[in-house]
Amino acid sequence: MGNLESLRYFQPESVLTLAVMALFIQDLLTRHSARRVNLLTGSALAWVALTAVATYFTPTGAAQLFGGLLMHDPLRIFFAWIFLAATALTIIIVPKSGQVSHARVGEFFALLLALLLGLFLMASATDLLMVYLAIEMVSLVSYVLTGFRRADRKANEAALKYVIYGGVASGVMLYGMSILYGLFGTTRVIGPTGIGAQLSDVTTRLFMAHAFGGQPAAQLALVVAVVFVLAGIGYKIASVPFHMWCPDVYEGAPTPFTAFLSVGPKAAGFAVAIRFFFAIFEKQLPGGTYVQVSDLPWPAIVGIISAVTMTLGNFTALVQTNIKRMLAYSSIAHAGYLLMGLAAASMAGVQSILVYLMIYVLMNVGAFLVVIAVSRVTGGESINDFRGLGAKAPIAAMALTIFLFSLTGVPPFAGFTGKYLIFAALVQKGGMWNVALAVVGVLNSAISLFYYAKIIRAMYLDAPLNDTPLPVPGLYNGVLIALAIPVMVLGLYWAPLLYWAAMAFGGHIAI
Amino acid sequence: MNQTTSTLLTWITFAPMGGAALVMVAVGLHAAGVISKEQRDQASRLIALAASGLCLALGFVLWRAFDPANPNVQFVHHFSWIPAYNIEYFLGIDGLSITLVMLSVLISFIATIASMPWWPGNAHLDEHHFTQRAVPGYMCMLLILQTGMTGVFCALDLFMFYVFWELMLLPMYFLIGIWGGARKEYAAIKFFLYTLAGSVLMLLAIIGLYYNGPQEVVDGRLAHTFNILKMAQWGRAGGYLAAPLVMGFSFVRIAWVALFIGFAIKIPMFPFHTWLPDAHVEAPTPISVILAGVLLKMGIYGILRVNFSVLPQATKWAGLAMAVFGTINIVYAAFVCLAQKDLKRMIAYSSVSHMGFCLLGMSAFTQQGIDGAVLNMWTHGLISPMLFLIVGVIYDRAHHRNIEGFGGLAARVPEYTGLLGLAFFASLGLPGLCGFISEFTVFLGALPTHQTLTIISATSVIITAAYYLWAIQRMMLGKLNEKYADLPDVNWRERLTLYPLAALIIVFGFYPQAIIGLIENSLRNLILPLQ
Repeated sequence: MGNLESLRYFQPESVLTLAVMALFIQDLLTRHSARRVNLLTGSALAWVALTAVATYFTPTGAAQLFGGLLMHDPLRIFFAWIFLAATALTIIIVPKSGQVSHARVGEFFALLLALLLGLFLMASATDLLMVYLAIEMVSLVSYVLTGFRRADRKANEAALKYVIYGGVASGVMLYGMSILYGLFGTTRVIGPTGIGAQLSDVTTRLFMAHAFGGQPAAQLALVVAVVFVLAGIGYKIASVPFHMWCPDVYEGAPTPFTAFLSVGPKAAGFAVAIRFFFAIFEKQLPGGTYVQVSDLPWPAIVGIISAVTMTLGNFTALVQTNIKRMLAYSSIAHAGYLLMGLAAASMAGVQSILVYLMIYVLMNVGAFLVVIAVSRVTGGESINDFRGLGAKAPIAAMALTIFLFSLTGVPPFAGFTGKYLIFAALVQKGGMWNVALAVVGVLNSAISLFYYAKIIRAMYLDAPLNDTPLPVPGLYNGVLIALAIPVMVLGLYWAPLLYWAAMAFGGHIAI
Repeated sequence: MNQTTSTLLTWITFAPMGGAALVMVAVGLHAAGVISKEQRDQASRLIALAASGLCLALGFVLWRAFDPANPNVQFVHHFSWIPAYNIEYFLGIDGLSITLVMLSVLISFIATIASMPWWPGNAHLDEHHFTQRAVPGYMCMLLILQTGMTGVFCALDLFMFYVFWELMLLPMYFLIGIWGGARKEYAAIKFFLYTLAGSVLMLLAIIGLYYNGPQEVVDGRLAHTFNILKMAQWGRAGGYLAAPLVMGFSFVRIAWVALFIGFAIKIPMFPFHTWLPDAHVEAPTPISVILAGVLLKMGIYGILRVNFSVLPQATKWAGLAMAVFGTINIVYAAFVCLAQKDLKRMIAYSSVSHMGFCLLGMSAFTQQGIDGAVLNMWTHGLISPMLFLIVGVIYDRAHHRNIEGFGGLAARVPEYTGLLGLAFFASLGLPGLCGFISEFTVFLGALPTHQTLTIISATSVIITAAYYLWAIQRMMLGKLNEKYADLPDVNWRERLTLYPLAALIIVFGFYPQAIIGLIENSLRNLILPLQ
């Protein structure tokens, strides 16, 4: 599809581009207004709403945009909704969090929407260069937002670490992409001459093997390229060994942004991974099932990364005393759980990832919101700050309990639904490795209970350290209730989630 | 097949949940300033009492309407819950589950009474007593726990079974962790972790059973099912034997072991039993009552309902192993009891020992053996709550449970001593009390299959008698410990909980047929493929 035609499908992104500029201008114009925080928050939300409307009215169906640089399909729209939800929640949380100075809140929102634009592009990129550019766009804005509290030494340290790790990871990714370009002579992933089509074509593979002096050498080049590309994706979703930035950044960044970081870019990373692997290494048969086109063991690579990621995330989380760091390791562990769905390399696996991401946004943002509510009063984020919360702020404490149990994955909370579907996808795929991975996964869930329960214990079981009251703004209580109710309901009734996931990928429920 | 015939089970299962919602309303009214804190607490107590009383009444109706001659499931409530997965809302009971449903409503009601501080003679209950602290939360948790327990016994959809199974963990964690004793946090998390670790393995096995199980046409497409009855049919016909190997082992054995570990932790079976003494010792009395009276039975029930019925071939393969572990439970735990200084700990270990009888009985695959196992669940479900209530009485007054720390109490508190004696003698298997019948039936059933193991197990009768009699001697007989010269005897709250149990213990000691008649037809079907 040509450029002009493509713009019709590019409405959400266009609106977002306008929004970023408009917010910067509004920020300048309202510099001396007394109500500028409210005005800016309102218009940021309005822009998000407008983007949502544009997303809603984007034509349905699948189309290649801008000559194959981007893909418009239900998967893209699905991720768009996840990003929009996360952004809207973040915007609502920011003004009362006390972590973003009122003078700079406009800047914050504008950057956040720029980041959102990057996420939209990540979810639809089908060209290696476009993938790289989208990831870089997200990363660059993330660096700035992480170091947003300029006076805070921790924020500076976090931002610097983020930049260095990000630079290394994207460099490695770019190297992997260059190898792929060398192998296939194109950066397009889809389409008749794309990498996927070439790889499933026996003649091309024979030619490639010949050019490399044998099948093993060609295979090795491909494996190296895939592992390198995974570096960039792994950095975005915070999987081992590219997770080191995660705890420091989560700790140093303004907490509302941490909440966003833990769901938005992670989801986008999975969007890229799903597209990359399923467009290149899998072919859909008429029945709907996917088969591998080459003998490249990418599910095994992803599976090993997944097992290591969740185990390391959980075991390191056990010894954390700062709750933001603990949630950082928990989010690393969750990247591992989500990767299990990818390792299943099936339609069911992808659908389970999509369901999990929807639930994950609710429970993780909810958990961070309680952290914000507590730390805006106590000024700290250690587990001790949560002692006696059950009596001081019953709604926040109960909501956090629900979110934490849900993150653990015990019924009747929504997290169980997500985990169940992932395990089901693995067992459905069958085979020794998938079952072994599922066993590692369930044991990890049991371990994770230990550190989540530490927080619950502090809130309900331990005596409070002091009698200072802990008022929670009504807005926060409202948002918490609005997040906690679906987390409870979706644990018992999740047919719609499964339906949406199926509509986004595959067209029918495969699990 | 299995059309809805009654919604009674749904009422029994979810009435406590409704009660919990009402308690929340009371909390809301208090927060809004309509009622005082005192009124809120009293209302919560009344609601809890009413809800579990209603369940008991409905349980009685259920028992009267149950047809023991029919070995199939009755009172079926059945509809589609999550169609995409073919998960059903499917409640129903047969001879195996009705005894446990009855037990759970009865024990829950007694535990609820035991949580009330109302009656005269309760002056010793101070503001730190569990009946006074955060009352609405306690009552809510108790009610949710009751829903979880009853649900486990009624669910015939494996997915639903799992949801109820886990649902019970959360209230238990808080009940031990908030209202418990000195090391409550440790005990609560240990309980939670042990059970969760077991149940996640169980979850994988359940998913495996689902995907390797029977398929049926739902809404025009082929779907697997979580329906336990259909799975059992499939398992009996050998359907699961055709499943692909898992890590080089046959699927049925791997699935059986995963399920069994999940259930064995709950029983608890040696070597997974170490959570139990901690949980019991730290839990408040009514929670110990529920824990010993109902929760432990879930393990045995799960093995019978899932392992025995769905995977009969693997059950047969594992029969001897079960019997060995049962014997270890019986004998090892009995010896451990001898060494205990804490009365509650001793009784907790005696539960471990007595649950071993269930394992031994059912692993024999004989009619008497399995009847004995289920009967033992029922009798232990009456005796152990009484034992824990007895401990609660003395702990409320003396604030310690050290057996050596008493002495000569018989002269001071005769009524209490009599009840304690009855409970102890029932537990050690005195003929005429119900504990004897179940142990005897288990031995009778197990002897033909596991001769040596049964003989070894039978020695535990002597050890059990030894630790109970020794405890009586140290606590009740001899010279009165001057510290307890003015110890008050049991009050009305305690009488209300102790006497009904004592009466039932005697009744079933003479008329066990009331239970055997209920269970034997269903159990005969269950072990048919195993013989």
